[in-house]
Amino acid sequence: MFSRFGPARRPPSRLRRRLAAGARLVAALTLVGGLYTAFAPAAVAEDSSGLSPAAQQGKGYFDQTCASCHGSNAQGVPGKGPSLIGVGSAAVEFQVGSGRMPLAGQAAQAEKKKALYNLDQARDIGAYIEAVGGGPQIPEGDDLHSKGDAARGGELFRVNCAACHQFAAAGGALSSGKFAPAIAATDREIYGAMLSGPQNMPVFGDNQLTPQDKADIIAYIQNLRSDQDPGGWGIGRLGPVPEALVIFLVGLVALIFATLWIAGKS
Amino acid sequence: MKRRKVDVAALPAATARQIDDRFQVATPLRRMFNKVFPDHWSFLLGEIALYSFIVLLLTGTFIALFFDPSAKEVEYSGSYTPLKGVVMSQAYNTALNISFDVRGGLVMRQMHHWAALLFMAAIIVHMFRVFFTGAFRKPREANWIVGVSLFWLGFLEGFCGYGLPDDALSGTGLRIASAITLSIPVVGTWVTTSLFGGEFPGDVILDRMYIAHVLLVPAIILGLITVHMALLVKQKHTQWPGPGRTNHNVVGVRMFPGFAAKGGGFFMIVFSVIAFLGGLFQINPIWLFGPYKASVVSAASQPDWYVMFLDGSTRLMPAWELRWHMFGHGYTLPPILWPTVVLPGILTVLPLFYPFIEARFTRDKTAHHLLQRPRDVPTRSALGAMAITFYMVLFLSGGNDVIADKFNISLNATTWFGRIGILVLPPLAYYVTHRICLGLQQHDREVLVHGIETGILRRSVDGRFYEVHQPLAAADDHGHAELDYAGWVVPKKMNRVGALMPSVRGFFRPIEQPPGQPTEAPVSPAPDREEIGTGTRQR
Ligand code: HEC
Ligand code: HEC
Ligand code: HEM
Repeated sequence: MFSRFGPARRPPSRLRRRLAAGARLVAALTLVGGLYTAFAPAAVAEDSSGLSPAAQQGKGYFDQTCASCHGSNAQGVPGKGPSLIGVGSAAVEFQVGSGRMPLAGQAAQAEKKKALYNLDQARDIGAYIEAVGGGPQIPEGDDLHSKGDAARGGELFRVNCAACHQFAAAGGALSSGKFAPAIAATDREIYGAMLSGPQNMPVFGDNQLTPQDKADIIAYIQNLRSDQDPGGWGIGRLGPVPEALVIFLVGLVALIFATLWIAGKS
Repeated sequence: MKRRKVDVAALPAATARQIDDRFQVATPLRRMFNKVFPDHWSFLLGEIALYSFIVLLLTGTFIALFFDPSAKEVEYSGSYTPLKGVVMSQAYNTALNISFDVRGGLVMRQMHHWAALLFMAAIIVHMFRVFFTGAFRKPREANWIVGVSLFWLGFLEGFCGYGLPDDALSGTGLRIASAITLSIPVVGTWVTTSLFGGEFPGDVILDRMYIAHVLLVPAIILGLITVHMALLVKQKHTQWPGPGRTNHNVVGVRMFPGFAAKGGGFFMIVFSVIAFLGGLFQINPIWLFGPYKASVVSAASQPDWYVMFLDGSTRLMPAWELRWHMFGHGYTLPPILWPTVVLPGILTVLPLFYPFIEARFTRDKTAHHLLQRPRDVPTRSALGAMAITFYMVLFLSGGNDVIADKFNISLNATTWFGRIGILVLPPLAYYVTHRICLGLQQHDREVLVHGIETGILRRSVDGRFYEVHQPLAAADDHGHAELDYAGWVVPKKMNRVGALMPSVRGFFRPIEQPPGQPTEAPVSPAPDREEIGTGTRQR
């Protein structure tokens, strides 16, 4: 109703609208382009100089053996290997130190094998991946269990790990040929496995299991391994299945021989 | 004063006379001592079960002295450090104390468990021998039924024992048991809540299982074993057919001294095998399992071997759940019902009535005291092989996760092997066993007619080769003898009929020196047999 009285405001013509939009676009592009030329070379220079000597060493190994599957900047290659951005040095040290990486071939699961790189080299690659994308790290030192409480660790182990790794850490089957291996690993490997959750294992980050919890669990696992079976031969600590074998193959067979000895055969 | 002389040599007789004067036991004891038992290794399989039951009672009494089945929570303070300070039930606590703080407790616990496994294993092979030899036929059907009941009672007894220590493994077993009872249609919920005194786990189940395990079930087993043995004595043991053995006598050794000495010795052997296992092989390491918590389920959680087939049937069962609406209510039949309630139901009832089912098919109403060789009854043997195969597939499937893990096979592949195997393998076993039985029968008949293969090849003047056979009886012009099959071993080697040097006898080493170069094959006349009678048998 009021518009009737004011000067009629014509909407901008189609042509003018188009011209304005074009000008804004050119301005924006110029700005972005200018910024890029100004900062981009500097950023690249800073990145490579920012790598520690260890990480630089690691980058060498990475480009040589890992990049074919994980991409030249660890961003991953579809169908060959996942991105390693954010997995941290924990994952790398675990994977490379245990020989799982570099991956050998297609199987249900990447298995532990003779490591291609020694632990120092593995840590170098870890340092590189850490520099590229950050992520969890294994604490310093080789002894990560002596500050742990094995009894508490036992409870945590049974709740969190035994479902896959079995009560005595003797390993267990998962679906379709995958399996949780029997744990025969160093403190650092166990820590790394918990932090990074290799393949079908869940990640146990520091808010699921605190560093103290982890130390307790490691203390329990290492104690299990050094513990001698008080009851005699542990038959693999695999529960009732080998016990069934023993009762038939040892107990019953011995007694059937005894019956043959005592009594006649016809 | 002159001391009265005691004649030591006459003392036993004098004591016996004094006892007989008071209790008049000479006549029944003489009958007892003169009872005759046939001698064959397979007749000792039942004794293994009997003796391991005695070991179970002895070791069980020992550990019961230190065990407290209470669900009360305590903090562990025993000597196994990796559990120090852990909160657990008193039952688990005392079971750990038996293992670590009671002198000799661990070896007793382990002997008890090994004896339980051996008890069940011996029952099974004993049952196989009774089955495959036809010992269950009239008049022994009742003893067969007692036997089947003993198997299931042993199963129950073992399951209760497995549940007692309240470690994570036994708790997992109980959890499954509660799921099984819950799945029973209509009454399942009531059965479960009354067993557990409410929801699982509750705090009464351990006390109840304890009474069942140490009193009720063993008492029933003991009673049934008594019935089993009484029937055996009354009906007399069966025997294999053979020279001098008929359906109306028993040929063998007297109860006293022969059989008693052998039995006593065999008890020692069974005891020592169990002690050997208990001392050298670790069994059920409860300290590794930890206390039971609902949140703890370990990989490789299996029941003891005699329950494992039910675990297997559960693992093979596809997850088929039946749901329907009726009278305005929704009903569900969970898949666990079929493998753990229906299947054991069938497995209890079918064997119980097997003697009658077979008699019905064979129309055989006569009493039998002579055993049959498995080959002579191909259908029964094939059925038995089929049942064993069925059982074996379920049994292996019960441990399939451990098998898959240790032999690097996919777990899914083992499950499918089980599913297909349970359908395909039993009929295959039936067919193969049936053929083998017929083949063995035919070979027996062949040897009876043609004689023993001597291994001597002759070439006749016209250049043909033939093998020389030794006829077992006077042969006709074609070299054929007319001999009836006696239901017993047909000699198939020359030394069996004394034509060659006898094979060296003795189990571990020769019990007699092989004779020096005999010029002629030694043939000794069959010894005269003395027939001992203790009454006649019904016909
Ligand atoms: C042949 C291809 C291949 C090569 C070469 C290879 N990887 Fe991998 N890598 C994979 C694949 C595929 C996975 C994923 C495995 C899985 O989860 O099943 C993986 C996973 C990983 C992981 C775990 C990622 C995570 O999320 O925790 C790390 C770390 C890793 N690789 C590091 C390396 C390093 C370092 C090298 C070189 C020494 C390397 N890989 C070489 C294929 C490869
Ligand atoms: C869901 C199942 C699962 C759970 C739960 C699990 N893991 Fe694992 N774990 C695995 C699998 C699968 C592997 C093998 C991964 C591989 O080979 O890359 C593994 C590997 C490991 C390894 C490496 C073994 C070796 O010898 O190289 C360690 C150590 C380990 N786990 C420790 C643990 C601990 C500690 C826990 C509990 C906090 C745990 N795992 C919980 C599945 C599991
Ligand atoms: C607690 C378990 C058992 C014990 C202690 C036991 C013990 C025995 C013993 C010592 C004998 C005599 C020796 C022999 O023939 O082996 C016997 C015979 C017999 N048993 Fe058992 N047994 C048990 C379970 C069973 C089972 C599960 C069955 C069958 C389902 C069974 C069926 C028989 C039969 C039919 C006989 C008579 C055999 C004959 O006269 O030839 N028993 N038992």
